[in-house]
Amino acid sequence: MVRDSLGVGIAVGAYGVAFGAASVAAGFTPAQTSVSSLLTFTGGTQFAIAGVIAGGGTAAAALSGGYLLGARNTLYALRMRPMLGVRGWRVLLAALFTIDESTAMALGQRRASLSRVAFWWTAASVYLFWNLATVLGAVGAQALGNPERFGLDAAIPAAFLALLAPRLRRAAADSPGAGAVGVSRRVALAGALIALALIPLTPPGIPVLAACAGLAFAADVGTVRRLGRPGRRR
Amino acid sequence: MTGTSGWTIVLLSAAGCYALKLAGYAMPQRWFDHPRLRRLIELMPVALLAALIVVEAVAGGRHYDWDAARLAGVAVGAVAVWRRAPFIVVVVVAAATAALLRQL
Repeated sequence: MVRDSLGVGIAVGAYGVAFGAASVAAGFTPAQTSVSSLLTFTGGTQFAIAGVIAGGGTAAAALSGGYLLGARNTLYALRMRPMLGVRGWRVLLAALFTIDESTAMALGQRRASLSRVAFWWTAASVYLFWNLATVLGAVGAQALGNPERFGLDAAIPAAFLALLAPRLRRAAADSPGAGAVGVSRRVALAGALIALALIPLTPPGIPVLAACAGLAFAADVGTVRRLGRPGRRR
Repeated sequence: MTGTSGWTIVLLSAAGCYALKLAGYAMPQRWFDHPRLRRLIELMPVALLAALIVVEAVAGGRHYDWDAARLAGVAVGAVAVWRRAPFIVVVVVAAATAALLRQL
């Protein structure tokens, strides 16, 4: 279990290097980039904010997108709450540590005691490697200079794709043959098309936010009732 | 970066994201009971990530920027994702493809 947790942490490290480099390319200093990883500690959000800023988006657009992306952590916290049974100052630490990886590892265990071990070990290991990797990526990118020469501009959308793919696949595993995967793919397609159409029409950052509107359409058409049933979620 | 300073963005994102996490522990659970709300929050990353992929791949500010090397890199990265390659492989092959094409 501890070895699995360390493995997850090391895997996340690769993503941390990419984030560090992207953040510096977006105009943040290595210090700002590191503080973001220490305090925000939710990779997708940090990456998205760097992406929107790099594309010329406003702070408001970047933060709105980041918060929307970070809202899933609230659901993770709701799942972990009864499992961890934390009180007092530990709640503050548990909250910081509530991310994709720690929640997934905890939910993957059969016994509650193992879930707690998985949560804390995974979180601590991801925290360590994520922050080390961020520094490495940020300082490295600053030393190397022009990020396009190293293909960073291609690596960033590819990285987002790697984050999206399991969300489309997991839906399939959750309910084989049912509509869940269809809904995820429809939402992804709608989001992509809305963003694509809006690029020349709206200020940078807005296409990403507007993609959420597609979500409302795609998710609401007769599927929410079926999919929203309790106990279906992972 | 224009306008708001980098530090402001970093600290606001940290505070907001921490509040979102803490809310799940500290707020009454019934606030989050609505299945549709939960479903929407769960699907939010799917819509946002899909949009981010498109914007990062083909947008240059407020116009389209179809850069052949970048698109080739993303395409090779996509194949790696489809073949279920580890994250680091996806990122490296995408970057390497774009970088090599630019050397030609």
